[in-house]
Amino acid sequence: MLGFADVYDYVPGKVDWLAHNLEVEGDDAEATTVGGLMRDDVVRCAPTDHVAGVLGSIKASPYPFALMTSDGGTVLGRLPASALDAGSEEPVEDVAEPGPKTFRPHHSAEHVAKQLADKNLRWAIVTTPEGRLLGVASREDLERAS
Amino acid sequence: MATRIWLEQLEELIERGAQVVEVLGPDDYAPVHLPGAINLPLRQLDRQSTAVLDHSRPVVVYCWDSL
Repeated sequence: MLGFADVYDYVPGKVDWLAHNLEVEGDDAEATTVGGLMRDDVVRCAPTDHVAGVLGSIKASPYPFALMTSDGGTVLGRLPASALDAGSEEPVEDVAEPGPKTFRPHHSAEHVAKQLADKNLRWAIVTTPEGRLLGVASREDLERAS
Repeated sequence: MATRIWLEQLEELIERGAQVVEVLGPDDYAPVHLPGAINLPLRQLDRQSTAVLDHSRPVVVYCWDSL
């Protein structure tokens, strides 16, 4: 190719790089994105964890929910504290809300805040394109940064 | 023919000193691009425009996405 012997095509392209929340350069490199506002201390649990134990972890956290993830960290479901029974020994996979709405970290704070407001959601779940959990951001923080 | 790579291989190539080239136009390049990426729009790729590249180092090109 034009005299170059060692040429590679990064197939997934710039969108993939941005979506993994990696460093960038450019005029808008410092723009506020949901990736820049997210926190990574949300409670995570496995599908086989018991509801009562997870509810205890949620109550000790700053969030009103937990996220059920696979061994590899892929988001499988959402567990709002309000829907959990403190005395239940059920596995969380039986009560989790499957397939929650997720965002990529390069999405702008304004865009995500609007999407959350449209769906009456208070929290954004941020994942890689493969679905691996990166963190969560509150609508309040996103609106303040927009 | 360019070898198709994904993120993990890209990061390894950058570690090895690969030159990264964004082939989108300047309006797409200017707002945000990969660190150190050079802008060589696809329609302008020829021997003259690529003279800024080092033939002895790997070259990675990228676009917006896989489409």
